[in-house]
Amino acid sequence: MKSVRISLVLALILALAFVSAPKADNHQSQSLTVVWAEWDPANYLQELSKDFTTETGIAVDVIQIPWPNFQDKVFTAFVGKSDLYDIVIGDSQWLGRNSQGGNYINLTDWINENIDVASIYGPAMTAFAEYPKGSGTYWALPAEVDAAGYVYRKDLFEDPNEMKAFQAKYGYALAPPKTYDQLRDIAEFFTRPDQDLYGIATWYSKEYDGITMGFQQVMWSFGGAYGDAESHKVAGHINTEDAVKALEFYTDLLQFAPPDAPNYYWAETLNAYNSGKVAMAMNYFAFFPGVVNPEVNKISHDKSGFFIAPAGPKGHYISIGGQGMSISSYSKNKDLAKQYMKWFMQKPVQEKWAALGGFTPHKEVLQSDTFKTASPFNEAFAASFPYLRDFWAVPEYAELLAVCQTNWSEAISKIKSAKEALDAIARKHEEIFEDAGYYDE
Amino acid sequence: MQTNRPFKASRGMSDYQLKMAFIMPTMILLILMNIFPLLWSLYLSFHRYKASMPTPPKFIGVRNYSRLLADPEIWGYFQTTAYFVLLAVAAQFFIGFGLALLLNRDFRYKGFVTTLLLMPMMLSPVVVGLFWRFILYSDNSGLLNFFLIPFLKSPIGWTTHPKVAMLAVVIVDTWMWSPFMMLIALAGLSAVPKSLYEAADVDRASAWFKFRAITLPLVSPLLLIALLFRTMDAFKMFDIVYVLTREGGPGTATETVSMNLYKLAFRNYNTGKACAMAYILLIIIVALSNIYVKYLNRVKGEAQET
Repeated sequence: MKSVRISLVLALILALAFVSAPKADNHQSQSLTVVWAEWDPANYLQELSKDFTTETGIAVDVIQIPWPNFQDKVFTAFVGKSDLYDIVIGDSQWLGRNSQGGNYINLTDWINENIDVASIYGPAMTAFAEYPKGSGTYWALPAEVDAAGYVYRKDLFEDPNEMKAFQAKYGYALAPPKTYDQLRDIAEFFTRPDQDLYGIATWYSKEYDGITMGFQQVMWSFGGAYGDAESHKVAGHINTEDAVKALEFYTDLLQFAPPDAPNYYWAETLNAYNSGKVAMAMNYFAFFPGVVNPEVNKISHDKSGFFIAPAGPKGHYISIGGQGMSISSYSKNKDLAKQYMKWFMQKPVQEKWAALGGFTPHKEVLQSDTFKTASPFNEAFAASFPYLRDFWAVPEYAELLAVCQTNWSEAISKIKSAKEALDAIARKHEEIFEDAGYYDE
Repeated sequence: MQTNRPFKASRGMSDYQLKMAFIMPTMILLILMNIFPLLWSLYLSFHRYKASMPTPPKFIGVRNYSRLLADPEIWGYFQTTAYFVLLAVAAQFFIGFGLALLLNRDFRYKGFVTTLLLMPMMLSPVVVGLFWRFILYSDNSGLLNFFLIPFLKSPIGWTTHPKVAMLAVVIVDTWMWSPFMMLIALAGLSAVPKSLYEAADVDRASAWFKFRAITLPLVSPLLLIALLFRTMDAFKMFDIVYVLTREGGPGTATETVSMNLYKLAFRNYNTGKACAMAYILLIIIVALSNIYVKYLNRVKGEAQET
């Protein structure tokens, strides 16, 4: 009886060991895990990767993480040196931290030998691949190039009665705005709470980088700046009179947005537009397939137009979006990952990527008429390119971002004045840079 | 002859060895999971260290602590937390105790009603935060605003107005945790000897007198324990704020210390500073708990005398 029990226990242990044993290396080497945020482009990539699997027999699994948790989850995996992800498609701001933190492998030599860098749109290579900027050191390849843009209700903008009323009130024709002053006028004009219609939906959320991505393009266009890229001095750049005016403008715009707008991030903005609640909405172009999809947008999928973010009194700048494709230092499939990235950057693959809905970084494909006419928003997207700008991409970017998120959110909630919020950001940012040793001789 | 020497089997382990064998797995787990992280985080709190960077910890003395304690924003988060604790625990105390008084009598379906009232406590705070998010949407699509709108000029900015957002968090936390207060109070109420009430009835004591002189003194030790648990828990408020008011918004209106600590530790990976902040929080919670425990001992003594 005793021997039977011992045999049973041993059998159980063996069974458990078998079940929990790691899979054979042979199997692992034939699959790649790509991590990206949860959105349409990640679905397109999963679709595109089927061709790679057909060609090579290597399975590709695109794991999608909801945007608000995307950074937290990937960075936690990095801290634990996890080999969970082979390829990370991360935000441009992540470059500094992950290159200096040893989480991304240095791809400079490999890119110079294997990739035709000249075929990639230059600013995209700088924004998504290079750190420090201008150094020629690459940690990624651009995967999805994106920009903030606007969608508007053509049926409202082209309604003769609306056009007449607008002309009478503001003295110029109702059309997609070219400046922020015009944007404000149009937002004001269409704000009719009694009809549950509001002028604008833009990003004010405190989540992740919401309000920062929404506001920074206004700040730049009004003449403000984050700081000096060389000296990393912030005071006198971010808290100037121009920046104060920009923040006051952005706060003022909130009165023409739906009541829940202080919580608006990309999903809420999209929902507000698709439910017919707003006349204009700001979002990244990569989210706009959801606007023209009749299953998602039953109200205005065929009545939507698109325009690039307007210019301000002192310039024209637009928040860059999109991500670069990097290889995790902890991946056990680095060579396979390089094979995948090399395949991805080929022109025919980029053409298919663009045809699926991806925003290609390939210069020729991007400038082709096929791309510009592939969707109703591609032309506005391509037109945004000369104006793109980015947040700090230094290793301390997350701390800098958190300070901006908090203070700008306080400003639009009237907890702080615009000046107080910007002074606080200047002080905190300089503290962060000082702690990180940027001001050491 | 009796001997105090421990029994030792001719083969096998002595009593002492047996005791150690039983205790050791727990001790090892405790040391690995609690004691080591506690000491390691104390060590890190005196260093400049980021878990996301390969640079080793650099000793900087008490700089993390002095920076934190001199930062008016950190004190703001403590004020927000204290405000929340005060409002939420008070609301939960009165509602929970009130419900317990109502349930402390025999009526039909008492068991069913009690179970129903306990349901919110059994849910995950994140789930609670998520569905209250839909109830408390700040425009007309929010369930609560939908019902209130006929009586209001404009929808209430439950999670968007800085002065209302804290109230929203308090409402959700109170909905979730009043049943806990009710459960403990109910246990205390059912333990009060019936004979005391009967004696009071003989003396024709008023209901208020019975409540003040019998119920309250005998239930208060248990109520204080419930208050202690809730205060400690409320001080650590994170999940509901994270989900409901999107990371403590609008602005910093609902940003509690724990929410800020999370950002410091897992968003910014400012590990050294986060450890220092965690210790400041720990000291405050221990101090608060001590005040409660001292008061609890006094009340227990008075109850025993009664």
